[in-house]
Amino acid sequence: MSERRIRILLAKPGLDGHDRGAKVLARAFRDAGFEVIYTGCHQTPEQIVGAALQEDVDMVGLSCLSGAHTYLFPAVTKLLKEQEADDIVVVGGGIIPDFDMQAMYDAGLKAIFTPGATLDSICDWIRENIQPRE
Amino acid sequence: MFTPEVLEQSKTMKSKWEDEVKKIVAKNADQKPKWTTVSDLEIKRLYGPDDIKDMDFAKDIGYPGQYPFLRGNQATGYRGKYWTFRMFSGMGSAAETNARWHYLLQSGQTGLSTAFDFPTLMGYDTDSPKARGECGKCGVAIDTIEDFQTLIKGIPLGKISTSMTINPPATILWAMYCASAQMAGIGLDEIAGTIQNDMLKEFIAQKTLMCPPDPSVKLISDTVEFGTKYVPKWNTISISGYHIREAGATAVQELAFTLRDGMEYVEDVIKRKGLHVDQFAPRLSFFFNSHIDFFEEIAKLRAARRIWAKAMRERYNSQDQRSWWMRFHTQTAGCSLTAQQPYNNVIRTATEALAAVLGGTQSLHTNSLDEVLCLPSEHAVQIALRTQQIIAEETGVVNTIDPLAGSYFIEALTNEMEEKAWDYIHKIDEMGGMVAAIERGFPQMEISDAAYSFQRQIDSCEKIMIGVNKYCTEDKVEIPFLEIDETTEKEQIERLTAVKRKRDSRHVADCLKDIKTACEKGENVMPYCIEAVKAMATVQEICDVYREVYGEYRDPGIY
Amino acid sequence: MEELGKKAMAGDMRAASRLIRNIEDNIPDTHKAIKHIFPHTGRAHVVGLTGAPGAGKSTITDELLMAIRKKNKTVGVLAVDPTSPFTGGALLGDRIRMLRHAEDPGVFIRSLATRGAMGGLSKAVGDGIHVLDVMGKDVIIVETVGVGQQEVDIINHAHTVIVVLVPGMGDDVQAIKAGLMEIADIFVINKADRDGAKKLYKETKNMIGMGKWTNGWEPPVLMIESVMEPHSFARSVAELNEKIEAHYQHLVDKNILADRAHRKVVTELNDALKAAILDPVLKKLMQDGEMEGMIAKLKTKETDPYSLAEAVALKYMKDI
Repeated sequence: MSERRIRILLAKPGLDGHDRGAKVLARAFRDAGFEVIYTGCHQTPEQIVGAALQEDVDMVGLSCLSGAHTYLFPAVTKLLKEQEADDIVVVGGGIIPDFDMQAMYDAGLKAIFTPGATLDSICDWIRENIQPRE
Repeated sequence: MFTPEVLEQSKTMKSKWEDEVKKIVAKNADQKPKWTTVSDLEIKRLYGPDDIKDMDFAKDIGYPGQYPFLRGNQATGYRGKYWTFRMFSGMGSAAETNARWHYLLQSGQTGLSTAFDFPTLMGYDTDSPKARGECGKCGVAIDTIEDFQTLIKGIPLGKISTSMTINPPATILWAMYCASAQMAGIGLDEIAGTIQNDMLKEFIAQKTLMCPPDPSVKLISDTVEFGTKYVPKWNTISISGYHIREAGATAVQELAFTLRDGMEYVEDVIKRKGLHVDQFAPRLSFFFNSHIDFFEEIAKLRAARRIWAKAMRERYNSQDQRSWWMRFHTQTAGCSLTAQQPYNNVIRTATEALAAVLGGTQSLHTNSLDEVLCLPSEHAVQIALRTQQIIAEETGVVNTIDPLAGSYFIEALTNEMEEKAWDYIHKIDEMGGMVAAIERGFPQMEISDAAYSFQRQIDSCEKIMIGVNKYCTEDKVEIPFLEIDETTEKEQIERLTAVKRKRDSRHVADCLKDIKTACEKGENVMPYCIEAVKAMATVQEICDVYREVYGEYRDPGIY
Repeated sequence: MEELGKKAMAGDMRAASRLIRNIEDNIPDTHKAIKHIFPHTGRAHVVGLTGAPGAGKSTITDELLMAIRKKNKTVGVLAVDPTSPFTGGALLGDRIRMLRHAEDPGVFIRSLATRGAMGGLSKAVGDGIHVLDVMGKDVIIVETVGVGQQEVDIINHAHTVIVVLVPGMGDDVQAIKAGLMEIADIFVINKADRDGAKKLYKETKNMIGMGKWTNGWEPPVLMIESVMEPHSFARSVAELNEKIEAHYQHLVDKNILADRAHRKVVTELNDALKAAILDPVLKKLMQDGEMEGMIAKLKTKETDPYSLAEAVALKYMKDI
């Protein structure tokens, strides 16, 4: 009896240390039945991608509130692509102004969760959009 | 507090009132079963004399300027001097920030407050690979004293007080300030200001981390000692609760953890530097959050004054009443603002600012409506500043001192918060102090739990945020956006490279070596930092010395 | 599936991780890959790290990785955390303490959830060790959940078992059932700067003194102080690494390596037999609705579990 579980990596790239949201999400994912690896703050894109590959996750969630997402988020998707792992879904959250969203989608992110998204809606989105990778 | 006759009367009238309530509620139920503050403190429908009957007027309430200072540190209140209008500000390059500072001063701001960018906050230079994409995005980029000189251009250092929100690299930025003053011919005994310099709350909440707790506290003790001796008008620590609250703590947790942090520093300075508490305690200052629940915040700030006064006199045997005063800066709560319908934030900030004033703050920053999304635009920051000025000049709340004293509700709530805070403080005492509690993950877990619980309450609409889970609209409001683009980083790196090229590298190396020796020997690093920054050592170069000697802190990752 | 096995043997980190995932998720045919790699296992030194939650295992592992890498050996880590019995989800929080190694190609860290298994390990650990082994890892560290007194499963998989104790956490030696004390090859008293460390040390030494330590290895007791003093912490953990290596050498010298392997192999065989025999029977019982019927009978106390099970056994196993 196969028991595929969704595995998620939650990370905060860059120097921003505001981790309230990421920690709340980690708990919510656990309560939603996902296996979540939270790698904390102060991660480089290389460290995040390295962890994602070792842990064979289905999704990487990036949180950034310092404004540095314009460099950091695309850096992660680029590295995943180079490793031929761009089937790992990347989503983002934090403080992402509207006018940056398109650039994020163009860089390969599948969703940006803006302030006000409920925990349940995020978990529902994951269930609907993330398939454990074959 | 009340005569037996009054209490009897009150009892009878209360009973009548309760019956009336029961009758009405039976036909017309309350909108919700429980009414709490945003921190889940349950609030009664009504407060009366019996809620404060056991208070001792002289011991518990008293008069402003008298122990335990519940009603204020100063006898004269705001009539003598309004709180300082001190807007936290910093963006992009030093030149851009300098322009914003002059704008704010012209607009009527009365004190400066510096926001640094993440590389500076974390002790990295703009050309470090870790700094990519971060330069100037959430504050000003400072790598060397040259940037600093640009930042303070035209600012009369001897006449205006400056606060700097900086933690692990506080010794370095303060050294730059001191060196700049000296270079401008201003004595260190003339400059006034604050460095945040509170590492304990970094471990608990803000997470700008560098070295482990013990050496971090040592560096803080160095600044306290240096300030006590040479920079008497400077507050060398701003013991902060703001960030603890923003991380998700309740009001009681913010109160308890902040004050307990303060006690930890006091004990450390006494132990490590052999100073008497009254030599340095008058220069300890605090920094609180002013959140959206109006009365909870007022009660919290009043309780803070009383707790600190008691702690100083009874725990540390302080004899000087200036040590008993709790002086604090307040910032309205960033986490209470919403990205949806951002103009609503003006109202939130206004009520939060009002609470801070009614709580007796010495200094105040009001958030701009757009800070949920970006650095504040000139227009938004003007509204925020005007908020304070309107409160001061138009509302009349400054006419009288501590206007809410004697209110059954406020005094009862103040008492309740003090009691709950002491419970936490004693619990941390039993763990062996704040550093021990942090190592165990206690405050971090409490905050994580509170943050998660709050989010669940918002999601379920048990708690309301207008625009987020009630009265939502689909239309997006266009507000002007302050953008910091990639040229800022490029130009900053060019400036840094130029400085590194023209300075005397050997002299810099010698200065760094002196700092290293001072660290190893346990000497005060401040004089060496001042020399080093004058020689144009960079923020990262000095921080790397600290990292080398003390090791880097490894976050135990408690959540 | 076999392809994955081959790639893992060639050192492909992602294939290895995917294979472990398939094992965890019980994907059919995964055993084909295991069949392929099994003959090549047995090279790595497997170290088990166990102890109560909060004992500081991950922090020690993180520093151990530094010490092992300094000797130019490669390492794999299987870090196990509990699955929530209510939601089925898990917070895999060990990796966050080992972030320094994220870019080191010689270190492979994989977080696993117990998924309801008892004994502090996940079912996938046994085969996960094989995968890391054939990848060429010199050392494999298995960090268990640390539920207190139940993590004896680790003994079936590790050559060297380290038990981490912390003063003041109810780790009084009397409180620890014999099981945990018996399985340890090395004791570590972590956070030894706390009150009660010396007492714990003495009690542990006494316990060791009273026991019968066969094979001539008396478990050493190491004190490791706070990680907040990074330099001394590093030194203590380097010493721990020396002891780990010494223990392995001891097993080799005294020819006891085979004993440890024996234990592991017996466990694996039992597990595989159970899976091969029991799983299909259970599946059939559920599909046919027989399971529900049995449960109903038990609820009304018509019969007892043993009689029912015997009947099933009789039905499915002809030769016993």
